[in-house]
Amino acid sequence: MIKSLIFSIALLFLISCGKNEKIDTPKTSQLNGAGATFPYPLYSKWFNEYAKLNKDAKINYQSIGSGGGVKQITEGTVDFGASDSPMSTEEIEKANQKNNNSIIHIPTVIGSVVLTYNVPGIAKEIKLTPEAIVGIFMGTIKKWNDPKIAKENTDISLPDKDIIVCYRTDGSGTTYVFADFLGKVSEEWKTKVGVAKDVRFPVGQGGKGNEGVTGLVKQLEYSIGYVELVYAMQNKLQYAYVKNADGEFVKPSLDALSKAAEQSVNEMPDDLRQSITNAKGKESYPISSYTYLLIYEKQKDQYKGKTLKEFLNWALTQGESFASELGYAPLPKVVIEKALQKVNKITVQ
Amino acid sequence: MTGIETISGRPKNLTRRKLVNKIMISLCVVAGIITILPLLYIFFYTTKSGLTSLNLDFFTQLPKPVGEEGGGMANAIVGSLVLIALGSVIGIPVGILAGIYVSEYSGSIISTIVKFTTDVLSGIPSIIIGIFAYGIIVLPMKRFSAIAGGFALGIIMIPTITKITEEMLKLVPQTLREASLALGVSRWKTSLFVVVKTASSGIITGVLLAIARAAGETAPLLFTSFGNSFWQTSIDEPMAALPLQIFAYAISPYDDWHRQAWAGAFVLILLVFVVNLIVRYVTRNKFGTSQ
Amino acid sequence: MIFAFLIVGLVFFISYEMFVDSAESRHKFGFDFIFSSNWNPVTEEFGALPFIYGTIISSILALLISLPVSIGVAVFLSEIAPKSVRTPFSFLIEILAAIPSIIYGFWGIFVFAPFMRNTVQPILQSTLGFLPFFKGVIYGTGLLTASFILAIMITPIIAAITRDVLKAIPVSQREAAYALGATRWEAIKMALLNAKSGILGGAVLGLGRAIGETMAVTMVIGNKAQIKASLFEPAYSMASVIANEFSEASGSMHISSLIEVGLILFGVTFVINSLARLLIYSVTRKA
Repeated sequence: MIKSLIFSIALLFLISCGKNEKIDTPKTSQLNGAGATFPYPLYSKWFNEYAKLNKDAKINYQSIGSGGGVKQITEGTVDFGASDSPMSTEEIEKANQKNNNSIIHIPTVIGSVVLTYNVPGIAKEIKLTPEAIVGIFMGTIKKWNDPKIAKENTDISLPDKDIIVCYRTDGSGTTYVFADFLGKVSEEWKTKVGVAKDVRFPVGQGGKGNEGVTGLVKQLEYSIGYVELVYAMQNKLQYAYVKNADGEFVKPSLDALSKAAEQSVNEMPDDLRQSITNAKGKESYPISSYTYLLIYEKQKDQYKGKTLKEFLNWALTQGESFASELGYAPLPKVVIEKALQKVNKITVQ
Repeated sequence: MTGIETISGRPKNLTRRKLVNKIMISLCVVAGIITILPLLYIFFYTTKSGLTSLNLDFFTQLPKPVGEEGGGMANAIVGSLVLIALGSVIGIPVGILAGIYVSEYSGSIISTIVKFTTDVLSGIPSIIIGIFAYGIIVLPMKRFSAIAGGFALGIIMIPTITKITEEMLKLVPQTLREASLALGVSRWKTSLFVVVKTASSGIITGVLLAIARAAGETAPLLFTSFGNSFWQTSIDEPMAALPLQIFAYAISPYDDWHRQAWAGAFVLILLVFVVNLIVRYVTRNKFGTSQ
Repeated sequence: MIFAFLIVGLVFFISYEMFVDSAESRHKFGFDFIFSSNWNPVTEEFGALPFIYGTIISSILALLISLPVSIGVAVFLSEIAPKSVRTPFSFLIEILAAIPSIIYGFWGIFVFAPFMRNTVQPILQSTLGFLPFFKGVIYGTGLLTASFILAIMITPIIAAITRDVLKAIPVSQREAAYALGATRWEAIKMALLNAKSGILGGAVLGLGRAIGETMAVTMVIGNKAQIKASLFEPAYSMASVIANEFSEASGSMHISSLIEVGLILFGVTFVINSLARLLIYSVTRKA
């Protein structure tokens, strides 16, 4: 018995040594990325499709939240990060200093944050004004049949039930985009709650990731949460019309997203960091955002740098065609061109 | 006088005592049933949901992109095996040797301290081991890796193995040690080749139990092994693990993922069940009903 | 021997590492960290009170639910059940103790939380709703649900230890009691009284496990940093805040604070486990 034990330990050592040798050969290596859950359905599709095209290009992506994406790329523990909210100037400086490199933002698609809800007995989509949304998420509107909600939904009989608010517990770009919108429409939100990836909600229940919040809304009756459109679509949950800056109620759709982005496409700054929430225009959906990949300009690993560049070129051209079926709007042409210029600036050493 | 009162009051008192007796005994039986109910429920629910979801794809396919149906957890299963193997490399030798030390040199202050720390180590929440592994392996290596995950699992395995090794060695008759020493065999050789050999099957059960525990650990892998959606064979890269995958799928909103998570949960429960069955069998053969 | 020291070294190293890494937040917040309930990554203000509260309340509730049941089971196993029942029953309980916590959490979300929401909590609210503990919105997940799941998880641990401790009490004592005309329960009661410090040890050990439990709690507690009287409300625990925020916290103060939460958790479990072990040693060594 003891012999077999010693033997098995020895075997384990051998196996692990054998594994160690593989480290030097770059072929089995792969790219690791982490971050936003907002574009995760699209990214996982991309990486899956791209691996079919190019057998050597395995790109592992873990959706841990935008906050995680920013943190891990700053720590240098991943090869690329992903975030829906662009990194702040301080964050960029910190990352650049720590890794002696410079970080660039590559927008990939446009997504939207929708208010998805689970209220039994309502067949039509409800309409929400920004004031109602602020009220619900600050806890001042407690019931579904509150006059502030009912006013715009006279054709729906809203139940006399408590609203269960669901939000994100992790540092989240979805939260950022949502809070960014609420901060633009409500002074109270801006001062009391703030605009960040991990704001503290005064009421509700927390879920991890877009997946977690969608799961909560699906589980809990009379709940409402904010998630990326695709999560609501794939789970056949209802989502609300939201009143935009021009006073129109708009249903989140690809068209409404593209319209929101087009409003400000000419003001796109050189570093491509731009907020498009609360965009003007009658048809614009107000809670939309670009989502970004965060990449270091100087790539130190030959294989990884090359693969990353090739992938990005593919994603920004052919890859964009996968966007619409998953509920994301493709980037406007001008932005694609700017993004491709950025990609070509990446140097492989 | 008091004597008579006691005797005359006795039948009433006895009825009451008998009643209390009955109530309390039945309460204990009820307690037994209450405890066993959730177990049976969890067990059957997982088996039901797991078995119906289990198919060949589960063991052979990679995970599909988000929201698409199908795919499996093949890479996570292999990942878990690799992580456990790595954990074993750290956990088994340290655990067994420490167990030998504690048992064979028992009584000394050092061995008491070691014994105590082992108990403390077994009580440390696994998430803290995860932070520790992140701090000393992930950050310096600048990447998430199976090594970090295996390291964390190894630490978690140590106390279980040490504890059982110690207990098993204690069951070895003292005369055997004396006989060996009397033959002029040195103390460490006696420990390793006589005592350990005698208790080896018991020690192996300890190892099995530790492996079963490590296989289900999720918290310490969250920020060490990290997860992976592809095959990964090199251990300095992030690696998928079965419990991680179950966690990700369980909190997701997709029904197909829930189905797969149940299948994963079923596999884990089966592992625990089988290991415990083996342990029972082995210990009974060797030591009768000593446990 | 080196390996034995390795374990001691490891435990010290873990605590050292956490102590050093939490320096930033320890210096900034001092003891306020434990007493402040403001956990706000936006303003970089961190106070761990809601997590400590959530951890302690859920664990103690779990212990209160679990302890009588555990003792009952232990008595059943060691004193009442015939051998043919005893063996498979102990086996099942051992498995219950070995089921990974992720499975408890998974089962908790999909089976137990809906059960709480649709059956248990409405009943509690309609009968005991006048108490502040059972007021408010019914979520299903929350502090009470987490306590129940924890109770299910720690019962086998406490039961197993209580059983072992009861076994260590000499049979002759019970025989003596029977000889004096005691009923079965009275004999058992005496054995329980004699074993009380050991049972206490088992209970404290179960408490330690409940405090450190991560995955199952994270999945059902609701993850909201607040202190509310109602047990239906979502709460947060020390272990789950680390699981949720550690890999995504970006500010160094945020990370340092999370590690300090870990340090507190480590300290609490250390003390509790030491206490439990001492209690158990004191009984089993006597036997």
